[in-house]
Amino acid sequence: MGSVLEQLINGLGTGSIYALIALGYTMVYGIAKMINFAHGDIIMVGAYVLYVTVVQFKLPVIAAVAITITFCAVLGITIEKIAYKPLRKAPSLAVLITAIGMSFLLQSLALLIFNANPIAFKSIINVKTVKIGDIAVSGVTLVTLLVTLICMIALSLFISKTKAGSAMRAVSEDKAAAQLMGINVNKTISMTFAIGSALAAVAGILFVCQYQSIKPTLGALPGIKAFVAAVLGGIGSVPGAMIGGVLLGVIESISKAYISSELTDAIVFGVLVLVLLVKPSGLLGKNRIEKV
Amino acid sequence: MKKSLKKILSLGLISALTVSLLAGCGQKSGSDSTEFIIGGLGPLSGEAASYGISVKQGAEIAINEINAAGGVKVGDQTLTLKLNFKDDEASGETALSAYNTLMDEGAQALLGTVTSGAGLAIGEKIAEDGILQVTPSGSAAGLTEWPNAFRLCFTDPLQGQTMARYAVEDLGLKKIAVIFNNADEYSTGVKAAFVEEVAALGGEIVAEESFEKGAVDFKTQLTKIKGTDAEIIFAPVYYGDAAFITTQAAELGMSLPYLGSDGWDGVLAQVVDPAVLEGAVFLSPFLATDENPAVQAFVKAYDEAYKAVPDQFAADGYDTVYVMKAALEKAGSTDSEALIAAMTEIQVEGLTGSVTFTAEGEPNKGAKFVQITNGEYTLVK
Repeated sequence: MGSVLEQLINGLGTGSIYALIALGYTMVYGIAKMINFAHGDIIMVGAYVLYVTVVQFKLPVIAAVAITITFCAVLGITIEKIAYKPLRKAPSLAVLITAIGMSFLLQSLALLIFNANPIAFKSIINVKTVKIGDIAVSGVTLVTLLVTLICMIALSLFISKTKAGSAMRAVSEDKAAAQLMGINVNKTISMTFAIGSALAAVAGILFVCQYQSIKPTLGALPGIKAFVAAVLGGIGSVPGAMIGGVLLGVIESISKAYISSELTDAIVFGVLVLVLLVKPSGLLGKNRIEKV
Repeated sequence: MKKSLKKILSLGLISALTVSLLAGCGQKSGSDSTEFIIGGLGPLSGEAASYGISVKQGAEIAINEINAAGGVKVGDQTLTLKLNFKDDEASGETALSAYNTLMDEGAQALLGTVTSGAGLAIGEKIAEDGILQVTPSGSAAGLTEWPNAFRLCFTDPLQGQTMARYAVEDLGLKKIAVIFNNADEYSTGVKAAFVEEVAALGGEIVAEESFEKGAVDFKTQLTKIKGTDAEIIFAPVYYGDAAFITTQAAELGMSLPYLGSDGWDGVLAQVVDPAVLEGAVFLSPFLATDENPAVQAFVKAYDEAYKAVPDQFAADGYDTVYVMKAALEKAGSTDSEALIAAMTEIQVEGLTGSVTFTAEGEPNKGAKFVQITNGEYTLVK
């Protein structure tokens, strides 16, 4: 029994990182109707910024975390302004390819600056492993769960209670109508990218604390998994991304533990296919009739 | 008028093409020069970069030594050796294009590949070209299936069997958990032989967990192992994975000892806290703290050149160059067929032990066990 609980907590730990990343995918999709494939690499950038500020500049942890989050948020806005905004009227395929190109650009830049060798990084979260009976939960996992929970609550409140949040919802409903109502669409899109990238930075920080190793391709695998999580939960839906991420982590962990560690990915994607067959818009996605 | 212009133009193009073809030939057959070019292939970037860089640097030390001592006497002429080492990123596709570039640049024998996967992908192509290939560290069973291919290190199956005997007979541990990379020939090869040998010796594999390439989270597999009555964990993986596994196991509060494979060499540099590796034992043909004078001379030269302590891969690279030198001297020619024939007749006293080669391309040499104690590599026996 203890082991089932432990596996569940393991799954929640990875799942909550997926969820944080998935939020960025889903928010950007909801507002800009594009899949930002460079999103996974923001995690990697966040990890390296944290490494530089903590190890090379020896800044205190809180300052380093703040710089990392700000850097990624500004990077997100910059990428949107430079690469995606000029293409807002272009076919969606062009934007998709640009996003993939952006992803490669970020990875290659990291390769040039830091080279390909993984860097061992000492976790900045120094919380001891907690033992309850036979169950041991690592401190980093606990902090990850807590931070994710706080981020999700804050984000939900922001979207539902603030003016900027309603502007975001309005833009995602109908861009043209929102503009007519006096909402600054450009500013809202920038804000969405900033929030998404800041969440990715948080995910990046948690990720390196969890795994203590940084390399240029670090964002690729969690990025893809989080994208799957976003689709599973219904892309465009914020609570969907949260549920999708956590669910994906738990399914992964449980199938690794009790079915077969070799079939994990097959099972995860099998679940995705099943969900999409029954509910093509994802678990919490809206079934919208396409306007012509 | 127009037609004749076309004719002249095409004639000109054809002659230009012929000249460039001939020029290509001229470059390729550098046999009359006094240089023997050894092509090298291994990962200089990416996850397995540390192996490739070590092999390259070890080989360079050997080549500088040989050239400084006057070169290699081959028949009636004396040749200097030259190493042309290319990055294959431990990937089959990159290895193939890097190999083609090497051949275009006149490589006469191949030192490589450093990793098994890349070698399996290009073995057929090298066999077609027929040049002597010696892999310093590629240990997959199939790597030497071609007549021109030899290896300096242990094979995966031999390593698995040796570790199984060490666990069951020397340590007396019968309940063993295994964690391996199921997308990697090296990892699955060692694991298969290990599992078979443990069963033959009366031991029991209580958990057999796999992970995919690029995985960073091993907690689920480790939690599963934790739930069994395993007495030791065998992890035939590369150093990067070994660092993740040992660190995460410590986070989960596990304190089981580890057995590793030779891919563990270099793991100390990858962990934040070396205490998680305390007591781990892995197979390695070379240890820098060995008191053998040849080893100490090599360690000194390596430190002067690269400001680093050589690992087994550096020693493998160094020995491979000396194996090629011995083959050149024995054959008395730089002809590939003569070199390949000479391989089974030579005996080389290398840093990784005294080695001879079978016609199948396998080495005959002994094994050393290395244990990690107080954050250092130490010899077990």
